[in-house]
Amino acid sequence: MARGPGLSLAIDRLTFGGRLLFEDFRLEVAPGEILALIGPSGVGKSTLLRILAGVETNFTGQALVDGWPAAKAPVPGLVFQDARLLPWLTCEGNLRAVCPQISDEAVELALEAVGLSGLGPAWPRQLSGGMQRRLGLARALLVNPQLLLLDEPFVSLDLAVVRDLQTLVAGLIARSQATAVLVSHDPQDAARLPNRVILIVGRPVRIVADLTLDSAPAQRTRSDIATYEDRIETAMLEATP
Amino acid sequence: MTRPPPDISASRPGGEVMAGWVSVLLLLGSWQALALWLNSRFLPTPLTVAEQIVWLTREGHLLPDFAITLLRAALGFVIAMLLGTAAGIVLGQSRLADRLFLNWVVVGMNLPAIVIAILCYIWLGLNDTALILAVVLNKTPIVITNIRQGVLSFDPAYEEFAKSYRLSRKQAFRLIHLPQLTPYLLTTARTGLSLVWKMVLVFEVLGADSGAGFRVSLFFQFFDLKGILAYTIVFVAIVMALEHLAISPLERRLLAWRADRA
Repeated sequence: MARGPGLSLAIDRLTFGGRLLFEDFRLEVAPGEILALIGPSGVGKSTLLRILAGVETNFTGQALVDGWPAAKAPVPGLVFQDARLLPWLTCEGNLRAVCPQISDEAVELALEAVGLSGLGPAWPRQLSGGMQRRLGLARALLVNPQLLLLDEPFVSLDLAVVRDLQTLVAGLIARSQATAVLVSHDPQDAARLPNRVILIVGRPVRIVADLTLDSAPAQRTRSDIATYEDRIETAMLEATP
Repeated sequence: MTRPPPDISASRPGGEVMAGWVSVLLLLGSWQALALWLNSRFLPTPLTVAEQIVWLTREGHLLPDFAITLLRAALGFVIAMLLGTAAGIVLGQSRLADRLFLNWVVVGMNLPAIVIAILCYIWLGLNDTALILAVVLNKTPIVITNIRQGVLSFDPAYEEFAKSYRLSRKQAFRLIHLPQLTPYLLTTARTGLSLVWKMVLVFEVLGADSGAGFRVSLFFQFFDLKGILAYTIVFVAIVMALEHLAISPLERRLLAWRADRA
């Protein structure tokens, strides 16, 4: 399977409500890279994700996905902070909402991939919080298994559920060789999934740390994770005035 | 593979159905007792009224009267729902339209129904067009208000979802907007049906030469209580049948996804 697309961000200027958020901001993401964007709340991490998704276009500069302007590139697989399921559609309906032509077999495969086999006819309210996130992940993978944009996908979940989900996401990304951008404020999340971590702070936003995490996310050991977590936390402390 | 949703419970619990029937029997029993006690020609017993219904169906005009009244009510209802829903969506989505026309809607809601009917009859003559227009003019502002409220309560999170997954306007309407409007549409339809019915009957009394309202006005001239009550009972039966055979099952089906409807 081909690797996910490369991403290129060059934001010359982006203001919001009269405040300057980004100026001369540059970021390159290699094909197949799993990048974590971390930083304090409200710094602009989700805005960057929206730019890469082609949703936010009100800025000067360019956002390219595999050389295409983000808004014209294939729709990325987006996972929101909440599951953002459509409660009036069944699990199957939620998948078909974004992928209307999909076959029955593909629906079942997509559900199976996230451990929800046979739950196509269930309503989202019948799923636990973790299962709802899994369905959101299945939906994102169905739309674009090559580019995943994950906006704090593990917030408000029990630790055990988070660990399960992280293992699942790591496996799925490894299998599809996707490019993935994970937005998080939690060093633990950033130590588990990505192979690169970027810390952003300030107004206008600037990159204050760019860390490479060597071991493959799917095979990462506990001690790898603890080491990476320390590095990320240290970088965060150094960035805090 | 496509399977039916697991928990669409189309039927109500047995106890609830039983309570409904007991309630009807209690009402009829009380009526019968009161009628026997008063022993007046101004309050016939339910049995007498039932006989009258049978007689009016066989010998009178009950069926054609209700057919024409139903047709008028259905036309007025459908036109008002369509116009009101479209206008409600526009007002909910466009601030300019809302500022320009919300006062019109408020005025429309507060104009006395009978005044609108009289004006329509004067302007268009005593005909069905005037009657249905009067119904539409009375009902539409209420539909607009409800649907506008529904649009204003759209969850922005779903708008973001639609934008992120680049749903077309048509897809967004079908998948995001219509489901959020459905409870408002159902409530509007339910209250609308009862209102439209009542208006049609009153307007028929006022200026029609056919229909249930017209016939009731004739019964009134002869103080024919049996006839008036016979038409009233048939009217109630039709409304109840619509509620229990159409609206309630539709509501249970459309809102099956909600925990409170499961």
